[in-house]
Amino acid sequence: MIPAAFEYFAPGSVAEAIGLLEQHGDEAKLLAGGHSLLPALKLRLSQPGVLIDISRVAELHGIEAGDRLSIGAATTYAAIASDPAVLGGCAVLAECAGQIGDIQVRNRGTLGGALAHADPAADLPAVVLALDAAIAVQGPAGARSISADDMFVEMLTTALEPNEVVTRVTFPVLGAGEGASYAKLKHPASRYAIVGVAAYVRLHADGSVAAARVAVTGAGPRAERQHATESALVGSAGDAAAIAAAAELAGESMEYLGDIHASETYRRAMVKVYTRRALEQAVARARG
Amino acid sequence: MTAEAPTKVIGKALKRREDPQLIVGQGNFLDDIKLAGMVHAVVLRSPYAHARIRSIDTSRAQAHPGVVAVFTGEDMLDINPLPCAWAAAGGRVQNNLNTPRALAVGEVHFAGDAVALVLAEDRYVARDAADLIDVDYEPLGVVVDARKAVEPGAPQLHENAPNNVIFKWDCGDAAATDAAIGSAEVVVREEIINQRLLPTPMETRGALARYESSTGEYTLWTTSQAPHVMRLLLTAFVFGIPEPKLRVISPNVGGGFGQKIFCYNDMAFTMWASKKIGRPVKFVEDRSENFKYSTAGRDHISDVEIAGTRDGQITGLRVQTYANLGAYISTIAPGIPTTLYGRIITGVYKIPAAYAHVTGVYTNTAMVDAYRGAGRPEASYLIERMIDRFAAEIGMDPAEVRRRNFIQPQDFPYHNGMGLLPYDSGNYEPALNRALEMVGYADFRAEQARARAEGRYLGVGLSSYVEICGVAPSAWIGLPGEGWGAGLWESANVRVHLTGQVVVTTGSLPHGQGLETTFAQLVADELGVAYENVVVEHSDTAGTPFGYGTYGSRSAAVGGTAIVKSTAKIKEKARRLAAHMLEASVDDVVFEDGKAYVRGSPDRSKSIGEIALQASVAYSLPEGMEPFLDETTYYDPPNCTFPFGTHIALVEVDGETGAVTLQRYVGVDDVGTVINPLIVDGQLHGGIAQGVAQALFERGVYDDNGQLVTGTLMDYAIPVASSLPSYELDRTVTPSPVNPMGVKGAGEAGTIGSAQAVMNAVIDALAPFGVKHLQMPATAERVWKAMHG
Repeated sequence: MIPAAFEYFAPGSVAEAIGLLEQHGDEAKLLAGGHSLLPALKLRLSQPGVLIDISRVAELHGIEAGDRLSIGAATTYAAIASDPAVLGGCAVLAECAGQIGDIQVRNRGTLGGALAHADPAADLPAVVLALDAAIAVQGPAGARSISADDMFVEMLTTALEPNEVVTRVTFPVLGAGEGASYAKLKHPASRYAIVGVAAYVRLHADGSVAAARVAVTGAGPRAERQHATESALVGSAGDAAAIAAAAELAGESMEYLGDIHASETYRRAMVKVYTRRALEQAVARARG
Repeated sequence: MTAEAPTKVIGKALKRREDPQLIVGQGNFLDDIKLAGMVHAVVLRSPYAHARIRSIDTSRAQAHPGVVAVFTGEDMLDINPLPCAWAAAGGRVQNNLNTPRALAVGEVHFAGDAVALVLAEDRYVARDAADLIDVDYEPLGVVVDARKAVEPGAPQLHENAPNNVIFKWDCGDAAATDAAIGSAEVVVREEIINQRLLPTPMETRGALARYESSTGEYTLWTTSQAPHVMRLLLTAFVFGIPEPKLRVISPNVGGGFGQKIFCYNDMAFTMWASKKIGRPVKFVEDRSENFKYSTAGRDHISDVEIAGTRDGQITGLRVQTYANLGAYISTIAPGIPTTLYGRIITGVYKIPAAYAHVTGVYTNTAMVDAYRGAGRPEASYLIERMIDRFAAEIGMDPAEVRRRNFIQPQDFPYHNGMGLLPYDSGNYEPALNRALEMVGYADFRAEQARARAEGRYLGVGLSSYVEICGVAPSAWIGLPGEGWGAGLWESANVRVHLTGQVVVTTGSLPHGQGLETTFAQLVADELGVAYENVVVEHSDTAGTPFGYGTYGSRSAAVGGTAIVKSTAKIKEKARRLAAHMLEASVDDVVFEDGKAYVRGSPDRSKSIGEIALQASVAYSLPEGMEPFLDETTYYDPPNCTFPFGTHIALVEVDGETGAVTLQRYVGVDDVGTVINPLIVDGQLHGGIAQGVAQALFERGVYDDNGQLVTGTLMDYAIPVASSLPSYELDRTVTPSPVNPMGVKGAGEAGTIGSAQAVMNAVIDALAPFGVKHLQMPATAERVWKAMHG
């Protein structure tokens, strides 16, 4: 578990980091919290010649509250989980960040790192999808925003262009009539999601469902919206029967992964169970 | 004078004196040691589980800057393969014994087998150079499952072991058992799998060797639970050099759980290479290597039949076990599934007819040897699972079946008919009753029924276990008996220095057990000195008498008794010297609470300090008495000890997901006399965590190509504090008659008692689904399939 030799840079700004990426091309990897990259390096599954450590770039840190929450990409899970603005305005994000891995992981792992790496079992991609977060990125061609729906393309592959850096992620501040939840079956060793489901709902004044976004992580090669479930729910009374019926539609058109910890069959069944659980809690929260 | 006697400390929950050093980071572990001129070793390992090595080209690695040398197995043919020290009773393993060499020669037999050694100025360079070695492998057929390995046509690992069979061993009465099962009212059959576990000590293993050409002497620092034994095996068997030419030192050892008992190839290749290149050589395995190469535990497949009457009397037990020992024989591997398993397969029950047959099997996997409990957890799991299985079959409360079949207090010493020495002492029912009371067993069934009506599945699981500690005497366990290649006595030297400070040296080797504390407690009370004035030294063959080390929960019962016997000799000498000092007759002098006094005249006395001073300066000693209070004992116990207890687990199973939550865990253990309750509880806590983990989380899995699927801690699920409830522990105390303290042993009891408590609870919870058995670990998916499949 000794990595191959690499060159190490610690740029002071995003612009400098992009310059280094352009200079070193395919040889370079960005290092933030390192919780996915370092094990890969130590097992020599990945042998980049250059590491660009962006964990100390000041502009990538910090949580700004406003109409939306704007969170720096290098903000750690622990910082997100304990931030008053997040807890007040987007509690599901704190809830999700606060149960990732263990304390050591949460003190190092970063929001931007989790999204850019796009591990199929990472928790945050599901929440990002359910909350329709926007991912701000910066690259040689300037800054742009990637919508959550466009972000996760394939296993370990995102919409990021070469030499682009995730800079911030913005989340909605949830108000009255809105609720969200994250429900998860944990992998017993890694604590990643075997199945993780994030659900968001907005209710009409009469209690019926005005909007719903549901996303599943862990079960398949990438985090994925559950459109059939969402459609079934919208317009419904949002009661137990409607939720159960909608949850039954979850995961039907997904690709699945299977391993010794959970077969495809099991994951398929659990997607429905956890979708129902996440929705029940999201609706309950929306009802206050 | 009596006011000066220090307070008694045996039975007190003293905090471990070992801890401050470790907590503040002042421990000295293998990888902390850096010697001048030291080079770093990295091993190139086989990616194939079975392959012929056609050629190895090390030239590119040799030329890599910073590389000092590269060696292969062919270079080390001047040393012998590692020895096997326990070929099982009756020398069952003989012509088919295959032990590892320092590096593989000609063929590799599991993924991770050591192929080449790179020595470099730093570890990074060595690791880079290992990638530059070109090995041409011819892949061969692979088998990883013990039952499949013995089938005709299975890939063969070693020419001398047809059908991969290492040994066939049995115990008990086959004919009587056949008859009992043939005529029984009820017979229950089950396949019981005890899955492979990876011991996962927090500190991985390794070795650092230094050879001095001027003296021809080696020093080996290594992560060993038994440095004296390593010296013996490496000098007499591997290198063929005189024993005094090697000094073995175990620095702080960060957990062993059995994995660090054994003689490993890195001890041999660091010594060999150090002599070859004239510089110290250090090898420390990383976690991946620890998982791939160092020994695993368990890995049994058993066909079991239990027979009995409809009113709950067990009449017979027949067990056929395939024990996977991996690609080679580790140091004591054959003894584990035989003596330490088959002979105690009847557990806490009087079973009139029992028979166990064990086939030891080679497979293309890492070696399997003792892991915390070593054979007894496998036995205890098997019988306790089958008792529940039988109870369910006849519709009787599992607690009642246990009661009806317990060995009774008046039956001790008890012969179980399986070739074991008699169980020393026991009283099983009070421990069961206390555990039932603590858990509220009487009310639980009603609660369970209510919960089921709400769609919640609660389960209760019982485990009444007995185990074997302090394995001895040497005449029984040794070559003529059970086949252990040496003795199993223990040594202790006790010296009272002229300042009154007591120095104890022991052949035991604490690596987390708190023996420095426990042994000091023993000596303080025996000699009547302050606990703080007793120092315990260990772990260096140059400074301690020969001893067999720490494993098998033997250190209190065997090592502790050796210490007590040495203190008895000290007291006797002190008494005689005091009589001389007091000008009294020896017969009139009594030694008690740290002083010797004339019977009837307690003011005429000499303290142990005064006596030690006189013994040391030796200005006036009785005729013929040697100076100094310095006594050594080599103690060989007359029997093993047999701790026991009842553990009960309460679980809730999520009916939709199969996820198991361990809600409560109650343990009532009887480990005999308790010297330090804090340390005993700590041992039980850790042991229970490992047993619970076997039931719920851990499994070492190879794929069909012999690749370890659970090769990292991201895949192999060890227990963490958040996955366990707070244990509720109590104990009964049935002193062992085997040793003067009455201690039995506590190091493994928690592990031996726990896995089946949890599994029985899970299966009890699943009763509404008609589930009769489930293999470990009870992962969410397995449980879900059992409910919904």
